[in-house]
Amino acid sequence: MAFERDLNLEATELRLGLPGTQESRSNKRSLPDMNIVDDQDHRSGSSRVIANASNATKSEEETTPPSKTQVVGWPPIRSYRKNSLQAKKSEAEASGIYVKVSMDGAPYLRKIHLNIYKDYPELLKALEDMFKFKVGEYSESEGYNGSEFVPTYEDKDGDWMLVGDVPWEMFITSCKRLRVMKGSEARGLGCAV
Amino acid sequence: MSYSSLPEDVLEHVFSFVQSDKDRNVISLVCKSWYEIERWCRRRIFVGNCYAVSPRMAIRRFPEVRSVELKGKPHFADFNLVPEGWGGYVYPWIRAMAGGYPWLEELKLKRMVVTDESLELIAKSLKNFKVLVLSSCEGFSTHGLAAIAADCKNLKELDLWESDVEDPSGNWLSKFPDTCTSLVSLNIACLGSEVSFSALERLVVRCPNLRTLRLNRAVPLEKLAHLLRQAPQLVELGTGTYSADLRPDIFSNLAGAFSGCKELKSLSGFWDVVPAYLPAVYSVCSGLTTLNLSYATIQSPDLIKLVSQCPKLQCLWVLDYIEDSGLEALAATCKDLRELRVFPSEPFGDEPNVSLTEQGLVLVSEGCPKLESVLYFCRRMSNDALVTIAKNRPSMIRFRLCIIDPQTPDYLTLEPLDVGFGAIVQHCKDLRRLSLSGLLTDRVFEYIGTYAKKLEMLSVAFAGESDLGLHHVLSGCDSLRKLEIMDCPFGDKALLANAAKLETMRSLWMSSCSVSFEACKLLGQKMPRLNVEVIDESGPPDSRPELPVKKLYIYRTVTGRRIDMPGFVWNVGEDSALRLS
Repeated sequence: MAFERDLNLEATELRLGLPGTQESRSNKRSLPDMNIVDDQDHRSGSSRVIANASNATKSEEETTPPSKTQVVGWPPIRSYRKNSLQAKKSEAEASGIYVKVSMDGAPYLRKIHLNIYKDYPELLKALEDMFKFKVGEYSESEGYNGSEFVPTYEDKDGDWMLVGDVPWEMFITSCKRLRVMKGSEARGLGCAV
Repeated sequence: MSYSSLPEDVLEHVFSFVQSDKDRNVISLVCKSWYEIERWCRRRIFVGNCYAVSPRMAIRRFPEVRSVELKGKPHFADFNLVPEGWGGYVYPWIRAMAGGYPWLEELKLKRMVVTDESLELIAKSLKNFKVLVLSSCEGFSTHGLAAIAADCKNLKELDLWESDVEDPSGNWLSKFPDTCTSLVSLNIACLGSEVSFSALERLVVRCPNLRTLRLNRAVPLEKLAHLLRQAPQLVELGTGTYSADLRPDIFSNLAGAFSGCKELKSLSGFWDVVPAYLPAVYSVCSGLTTLNLSYATIQSPDLIKLVSQCPKLQCLWVLDYIEDSGLEALAATCKDLRELRVFPSEPFGDEPNVSLTEQGLVLVSEGCPKLESVLYFCRRMSNDALVTIAKNRPSMIRFRLCIIDPQTPDYLTLEPLDVGFGAIVQHCKDLRRLSLSGLLTDRVFEYIGTYAKKLEMLSVAFAGESDLGLHHVLSGCDSLRKLEIMDCPFGDKALLANAAKLETMRSLWMSSCSVSFEACKLLGQKMPRLNVEVIDESGPPDSRPELPVKKLYIYRTVTGRRIDMPGFVWNVGEDSALRLS
């Protein structure tokens, strides 16, 4: 379709631009630079970018896309929804999905994010790697057999339970902290009552 | 008998059948007497920009109004682009209406600042007040709500859609007197803290006409069944938190309660979903027309199981966890679907975390013949897909696509997405709302200006190459009412060349573009019926005239510059000195 390439501005009564400036816009058809304006060296992103504005002095030749740091207003998500997402994340952390793990005899505790494991075997393997021990064989009736280490957890009611007794989903919502017990104390819990 | 000899009350009766504002406006232009008759019998007014007209003027022209709808801040305020304190105060309107519309029944506000004082004034002055809708509002607390609850004896609807409410605790729900039995709709989903469950329950029990109940997150799942059994007539329900310890008794109680709700058509809420509890709603799925799962962090298989049981679904809001596979199931089952919104679960991540692509949208466009409204967040798109969607669904009315990374090209060809969006505007002749994203040149605006003749609202970001782009839109889109632009290389030329167009629109927003302060001044001087407002938090824009203005909001008005501008908003009007004082 035929299309004017230039705005015929003489025809309009409004003359534009500051005196002395020239028309610097070209009507390029090719892909524009990722830095979308070609004559604005003052468009520092710093006032608009929330996170570190290391791209504050973007040059025109730069072809990398706009920095992945957050731009105000983009993506267009309502603050209400953003806050909900955030609330979810921090709630997950507050509600015990991030839990402290202690091991009897170890000098300091660790913290793990329960949500990243999808089932008990994964969790136990991670604990084993973290503290360099091995759990025994789990059975519903006898608990963990074959090792002096027994994984336990404190639930929402404050009771110490054996890891593995309840369904995984229920476990991750009720687990407040983990403790790998060792020795005689462990035996008491791990053995059938 | 000529029409001019029809008695007034006959004409008034005839006019009462005409509800649409547009038609009413046309009627009022026929002749002086029709103008007079019409204005005395107009019962409802909609003011899309609260600064376009003064409350006094509105009341003077339409003295017998019963329902007022007002909108305040520009749409981009939703995305934090409008600084706090910008404006949108409803108090002047309430003060005017307290005297001018003593019989006002309904007030619907969007993006406005509402104070407790305003709410108290409503409660005190409007004796027949029935409906309060506060959508995306802020500035009030539960104290204000308590006043409404206590004093509005005929309250039918209280809807706090996604508003920001301060909760200095205090039991506002129990301020509804025991004599209040008129509630039809209660939406408190956005409230952060707990409400008294017993007060809520008593309220629900004594309001037999309650059809809509949207609970907030603090209402535990264990208590939901109880409420449902007291209100089996509910048509729309928003759950509270949807998680509980896994216990068979809770589940069966909940499932039983749901199965008693034979009228349920709409479900929402679903915060913190534990998938094991989803089957509790299965019994109502066959009747559901609206499902809002946009806060439900459940994975595709669970979503598919749910959605596959809802053949009557017309409106689905969901997170991108649904993935292409879930959208395929949706397309296969929900042949009545009109509206789909897919929100991003991790919008700030660098990598896609779910398998949701353009394919999902294509499948829905193929399978759902009534699809007319789309909001879709994704990470990749192609011109081919857009062309296919356009050809599949020429009846599309609202199309909002957000490709999360700015300026993402067609992933197959690496070309701009001009052709794809061009196809959308070309085929969808009734398109009223469009949001663009991805890599776009001036070409896409050429298409839009040429074809999008019914387009009323356009949202643009990181697009275009020159003023030509903006010029195409302003000169070509005959129905354009709202235009909002961020981060585009549009500047003075197109704006000034199309100054007159701006008076035919409600508003124009431009931020991080290339408009000079000089041009704003020129525009302000040339167009007395526009308010040209420059927003700049770092200081007076004329102190650095070589820099483009950061944010610009232009809107038509019959009342001149507003008197409530904060220090960082400048009206660049007739006097080139920026403000009167």
